[in-house]
Amino acid sequence: MDQHRFADVDEVTARLADSGYLADDAIATVVLLAERLGKPLLVEGPAGVGKTELAKAVSAAIGSPIIRLQCYEGVDESKALYEWNYKKQLLRIQAGQGSSWTELSEDIFSEEFLLERPVLKAIRSEDPVVLLIDEVDKLDFEAEALLLEVLSDWQITIPEMGTLQSRRVPFVVLTSNNERELSEALKRRCLYLYLDYPTIEREREIVTRKVPDLHTNLADQVVRIVASIRELELKKAPSIAETLDWAQTMLALNVESLDDATVEKTLPVLLKFQTDLDKARSHLKLG
Amino acid sequence: MLARILEFNHALRDAGIPVAISESIDALHALDHIELAEREPFKAALAATLIKDEAQRPAFDTLFDLYFGTGRGPEAHEEQDAAESSVTRDELLDRLMEALRAGDGDALRAIARSAVGRFGRLEGSGSREWYSNYEVLRTLDPNTLLERLNQEIDDSGVSGFEAQVLRDEFARRMRAFRAAVLADTRRRVAEYRGPEAVASYAVQPLPEDLNFLSATADMADLRKAIRPLARKLATRVALKRRRSTRGNLDIRRTIRHSLSTGGVPFETFNKHRAPRRPELVILCDVSSSVARFARFALMLTHALSAQFSRVRSFAFVDAIDEVTRFFDHEDFLAAVDRMNQEAAVVFDDGHSDYGSVLEHFLDTYGKEVGPKTTLLILGDARTNYRARKAGALKTLAQRAHHTYWLNPEPVNDWDTGDSAASEYAAVVDQMVEVRNLRQLEEFIERRL
Repeated sequence: MDQHRFADVDEVTARLADSGYLADDAIATVVLLAERLGKPLLVEGPAGVGKTELAKAVSAAIGSPIIRLQCYEGVDESKALYEWNYKKQLLRIQAGQGSSWTELSEDIFSEEFLLERPVLKAIRSEDPVVLLIDEVDKLDFEAEALLLEVLSDWQITIPEMGTLQSRRVPFVVLTSNNERELSEALKRRCLYLYLDYPTIEREREIVTRKVPDLHTNLADQVVRIVASIRELELKKAPSIAETLDWAQTMLALNVESLDDATVEKTLPVLLKFQTDLDKARSHLKLG
Repeated sequence: MLARILEFNHALRDAGIPVAISESIDALHALDHIELAEREPFKAALAATLIKDEAQRPAFDTLFDLYFGTGRGPEAHEEQDAAESSVTRDELLDRLMEALRAGDGDALRAIARSAVGRFGRLEGSGSREWYSNYEVLRTLDPNTLLERLNQEIDDSGVSGFEAQVLRDEFARRMRAFRAAVLADTRRRVAEYRGPEAVASYAVQPLPEDLNFLSATADMADLRKAIRPLARKLATRVALKRRRSTRGNLDIRRTIRHSLSTGGVPFETFNKHRAPRRPELVILCDVSSSVARFARFALMLTHALSAQFSRVRSFAFVDAIDEVTRFFDHEDFLAAVDRMNQEAAVVFDDGHSDYGSVLEHFLDTYGKEVGPKTTLLILGDARTNYRARKAGALKTLAQRAHHTYWLNPEPVNDWDTGDSAASEYAAVVDQMVEVRNLRQLEEFIERRL
C-alpha cells in the first residue's frame, strides 16, 4: 500500500471539493480515517443526500477507478464475489479426454476458469480501486454474511480452490437507506457516517456551485424554503437533488425573485406526493 | 486522555449503546490520525467508530459534551461569570434578540453561556453548586421573545411563504438556543460533580424504548420512529414469508438455464408458492388511559397493511365501531385524528367496558372472524369492575386462526385492581406485554 493519499483533513476537503463534492469537517474526517485505517466506510442517510456521490468523489479525488456492486434482493455469491465459468470448464473437460481426473480437476478449478465479480475484482486488482457497494440494505441476510470475510480480512475463500488474498486493500464505500437494520457484525467492521440533509449554509453553497448562473438571492430563498419544508412530517422530504432541480427550474423560467405564485406553481418539482404537496402549501400559506 | 475515552465508552454502554471492544480499539487507532486539538474532527472520529446507528446520536452528543466539553475545572466558569456579573436581563435579552434575528449560532451559544452563569445558579442546594436550565428559561421567557419576533414579521409587511419561512427560522434558532442553555447547565454541573453524575439522568432513552403509557414520552420522537420502523418490518416480514414458501422444483426454468451449460443442470430453481397472507382483525381500546398505545399500534399495523390480505380495525371504549375507513389514505396522523372525532366508540360514560364490547363484536361482526383471521386485541384489560364475559372472547378465539392480546401494562401490574388480564389470557393464544416500540416490533416480527 502506498503512503497516505491524504495529508490531513483539510486536504481531503480540498480534493473532494475539486471533484465537485462539498464535504463538511465530519465527512472529511471520516474519509481520511477510512483511508488511513483501511476500513470500509458505511454511509447511511435518507435518499438523495449524496451518498453515492461521495463514493464517486472519493474515486475522483484519489484517482482510482470505481468498481460498483449494485445490490438488490437475490444478489448471491455468483453475482457479488465470483462464479465458475461452466462453459469453459465443460470445453476443457471435453478437450482433455484421456487425462486423469485429478489432473483435470486441478486444472478446471484454477483461476483461469474463475469469473471475477465486482468484489473479487476489487480485491484482486493490481491498481488501487474504490469499491462501491450500493444500497447494501437491499441484500438478503445470507449475501450480507458473504461480505463479512472480505471486509474484515480482505480475502475470499473459494471452497474448490482455497483462499484468495487481496493484492491491495481497496477503499470500500457501502451505502444504505436504512430499509432494514444491517447486522451488528457488518456494522462493527465499518466506520459509520450518517449523511443528513445539509445545513442551510452548506446547501446554499452546493446550489451556488452546481447552478452557478442562479442569482445568489434566489439561491438563498430556495434553500430556506426547502429547509422549512423539511421540518414538516412528510412522506418524502425534498432531497439535495430535488433542491438542485428546483433551482434549475427557477433558472429555466427566468425567475427574478420568488413570489407566492411561482412557489405554488413549481412546488411539484420538490415534492412528489399529493399529501406532501397539500401540507407544504398550507404550511407556506400559499393560494 | 486514554482514561477519559474509556470512561466515555462506559457511559455510552450505560446509555444502552452497545460499544464492542473492537470498536473502542478502532476509536483509539483513529485518534492517531487526526489533530486532537480540533474539536470537530475529534468528535467525528469518535462518532464514526463508536456509534453505528443514527438513533444513538443524541445520546452520543450529550455524553460527548459532558466528557469532552468539560475538564477545565469550575474556575474557568467562575472567572468569566464574575466578569459578567453586572450584565442585566434586558441587555442579555437585546443581545439574544439580535442573535436570533441574525441567525448567529456562535453568538447564541455565547449568550446561552452568559445567561446560565447569570440566572441559572440555584442557591442553597446542598454543599455545592447546582444549575438549572429551567431557571434560565423562566427568566428569559423564550415564548414571549418568539411572539415579539413574529409580531415584527407581521409589522414589516412580509406575507405568504416569506413570513412563514422567517417564522420557521426563528423557531429553529430558538430551539438551538434552548439546547445550548441545557448543554451549558449540564456542563457546569459536570464540572462540579463529574460527568458520571450528569450522564445518569441527562441521556434520553432511545425512541423505541420510550414507554407508551408514560407522560414524558415525546410524541414527536415516537411518531418519527414509526415510518422507518414500519418499512423495516415490512421488508423483514416479507422476506420471512418468501423464504418459507419455496415450492417444488421449477423444471422449465431449470432446463432452460441448463442449456447454457450444455444441458447439464448446474443450478436448480424452485417455484414460488403463493405466500399465505393472513387477514388481520384488530380490536383496539382507545379510552384515554391507553389511547397513545392504541394510536401507535394502529399506525404501525396499517403501515404494514400490504403484508396482509386485509386489515380491518375496530375501536372501542364502551361501544365498538369499525375504523378501517379512516386508514385508507396513507396519512395516519390525520386518520387517528379523524378516528378520535368521528368514530362512535363512546356510548355511556367513556370508561372501557370489555365485556359488552366483546359480546357486541361477536354478535355484529362475529361472521368476519374465520380460520384465516388473525385477531389482535389491544388494551390494558381493565374492565372498570364490569362484567368480563371471557366466554365471548373464547368463541372468537376458537373461530380465529390466531388470537393475540397486546397489553401495554407491565406484567407485574396484570391482575391488580380491575385488571382481568389472566382471565382473558387464558382464552387467547397469548397475551403479550407491549410497553414500547421495541416490544411491538418484536411481536410483529415473531407472530405476524
